[in-house]
Amino acid sequence: MAPLFYIFAVLAILAALSVVLQRTPVYSALSLIVVLCSLAVVYLLLGAEFLAVIQVIIYAGAIMVLFVLVIMLLNARQETPSDRSRLARWLGAPLLLVFLGELLFAVWERFPAATTRAAALPDAGPRAVGALLFRSYVLPFEVTSILILVAVLGAVVLAKKRL
Amino acid sequence: MATGSNMPLLLLAILAKVGVVLLVLLTTIAYAVWLERKVVARIQSRWGPYLVGPHGLLQPVADALKIFFKEDIVPTEVDRVVYCLAPFLAFSLALLSISVIPFGESVTIGGATIHFQITDLNVGLLFVFAVTSLGVYGVALAGWSSNSKYSLLGGLRSSAQMISYELSLGLGVVGVVMLAGSLSLREIVEHQSGLWNVFVQPVGFLIYFTAAVAETNRVPFDLPEGESELVGGFHTEYSSFKFAMFFMAEYANIVTVSCLATLLFFGGWLGPVFGPPLLRALLPVFWFCLKVFCFLFLYIWIRGTLPRFRYDQLMAFGWKFLLPLGLLNVLVTSLVLAWRST
Amino acid sequence: MFGSYLPILVHFVVVVVVAGAIMGLSAWVGVKRPSREKLSPYECGITPVGDARGRFSISFYLVGMLFILFDVEIAFLFPWAVVYRSLGWFGFIEMFLYIVILLAGYLYIWKKGALDWTR
Repeated sequence: MAPLFYIFAVLAILAALSVVLQRTPVYSALSLIVVLCSLAVVYLLLGAEFLAVIQVIIYAGAIMVLFVLVIMLLNARQETPSDRSRLARWLGAPLLLVFLGELLFAVWERFPAATTRAAALPDAGPRAVGALLFRSYVLPFEVTSILILVAVLGAVVLAKKRL
Repeated sequence: MATGSNMPLLLLAILAKVGVVLLVLLTTIAYAVWLERKVVARIQSRWGPYLVGPHGLLQPVADALKIFFKEDIVPTEVDRVVYCLAPFLAFSLALLSISVIPFGESVTIGGATIHFQITDLNVGLLFVFAVTSLGVYGVALAGWSSNSKYSLLGGLRSSAQMISYELSLGLGVVGVVMLAGSLSLREIVEHQSGLWNVFVQPVGFLIYFTAAVAETNRVPFDLPEGESELVGGFHTEYSSFKFAMFFMAEYANIVTVSCLATLLFFGGWLGPVFGPPLLRALLPVFWFCLKVFCFLFLYIWIRGTLPRFRYDQLMAFGWKFLLPLGLLNVLVTSLVLAWRST
Repeated sequence: MFGSYLPILVHFVVVVVVAGAIMGLSAWVGVKRPSREKLSPYECGITPVGDARGRFSISFYLVGMLFILFDVEIAFLFPWAVVYRSLGWFGFIEMFLYIVILLAGYLYIWKKGALDWTR
C-alpha cells in the first residue's frame, strides 16, 4: 500500500507542477486530469471507494470536459509570456517559499508523524455514504439542490445573449 | 489483502485471468466486425465478405494484418503528442471497463472457488460509468489535435453528444440500483433470480439502451462520423493502426454496454441450469454470452435499419425527452417501492 | 478492501502495455513515403482554406455547463438509491423535494431556449 501511495502522490505533485508550467492550455488541462485521477487513487488507498469513483466521474469526467471544450472553442494556442513585472519576479519566489513553509509547519503541527495513518472511515462504500448523507446530513443535501439551481440559472445567463 | 508469501502467486493468477479476458474481448471485437459486415450485407441483399476463408471467417485476420502494415501518416501541423495520445486513450479506456463484468456464477471445484470475473467492486457499476465518462477525451482530443475542420467539428459534436447522453445513461439504471440496493454488478444479478429487471423496469431499460447506443456513437446517433457531412468526423486524419484503435474502441464499448444491459436488465448469467457438474458450471457463462450476443445482433440490426438523426433533433431528444423521462422513472419507481414497503 | 482493486491495477497496466506496443510497432513497421500533399489535412482534395481551428457555437459551452450540473445531481441519486429501501417514505420525500427544486431549473432552461440547438 505504502509504495502505491508514494507513486500516486508524487505523480499528483508532478502533474500539478506541469499544470502550471505548460504553455499550451490543452497540456495543462490534461495534466490536471492526471492530478484528479491520482487523487482518486489516493482516496482509494484511504478506503474511500465511493468518493474515488465520484471524483473521477464529476471532476475528471465532467468539469475537465468543460475545460477541454472551452479550449477547443476558443482556439487557445500557446500562451505568450506576459510583460514580466520586476516586482513579481523579486517578490514571487520568496513569498512562495514562505507560504510553503507555513503550510508544511501547519501540517506538521496538526498531524504529528505518529498519527498520519489512514484515518478514513472503517467503511466508506456507497452504503455507508448513503446512510450518512440521507440520515445525518439531510439539510446540507437539500441545500445542494438550491446551489445547483442557482448554478443552472447562472449558466443560462452567461451563455445566452438574449434572455 | 493477500499476505506477502503468496503475493507473486496471486499476481500470476490475476495476470492469467486478465490475459484470458482480454484475449476473448479482442476476438469478440474482431468477429463483431465480421458479424456486422455479414448481417448488414444480408439486410441489403449482398453477400458480405466471403473470399477469405469459409464464409469470410478469416477476414478479420486479413484486415488486422493489412491495417498493421499500412503507412502511419501524421499530417503536418498536428499536435503530435495529443494526436498519438487520443487513440491510445480511447482504446485503453474501452478495454478497461470489462474488468468488473461478471461472466458467470462462481463455482467451487475441489475447494478452490473460481470467479468468472476479474474483480467484483462495491461500486462496480459506477466504475464502468467513471471509465465511460473519461472516454470523451479520446474523441475530443482527436478532434482538437488533428488540425482539420472536419475533425474539430466532429470531435466537438461527438463530445457534446456523449456528455448529453451520459446523463440519461446514469438515470436509466437508478431504478435498478434502487431495487437491488447495491452497486455491485454481481449483487445486482443475484437480486434478479426471481424476475428479470426488464419486466420491472421496462422504461429504465429503454432509456438505458437508447442512451447506450448514443454513447457509443452508433446508428441512429452516429453523427460524429456522419460521412455525408463530416467525412470521418474526429478520426478523419487518422490512418493505419491509430485509426483501427478508434474502431476497436467503438466495438469494445459496444460489447461493454451489451454486457451491462445483460447484467442490469436481463439477469446476467441466470438461466436454466442442469446436467453434470461441469455443465452446471459452464451453463451460466453460456447464457451470459448468448444474451450479450443478442444485444450485439440488435445493435447491428438497428444499424441496418434506421436512418441518421439530425443534430438538433439528437440534442433535443436527449435533453427534452430522455432526461425528464429518466427523472420521472426514478420518482415513480421510488413511489412504488415506498408504497409496497409500508 | 484494496485487494479487490489490485486486479484493476494489473488490468490497467496490461492494457496500457498492449495498446502502446501495438501502436508503436505498427508505426515502426509500416512503410513511410511522406509527401507534401499526403501530409496536408484532408479537405475534399483541394488546398486547405483558412485556419482549421476556428471558433464555434457557444451552445457547446452551454451544454458542457448544464452537463456538469445534472451530473452532480445524478451522482447524488446513486448513494440514495443504494440505501433507499431502508429509508422508506422519508427517503422518498427527501428526493422528491430535491428533484422538484431541480426541475424548476430544468423548466427555466427549457423556457429560455437553452435546450434548442438552433436558436
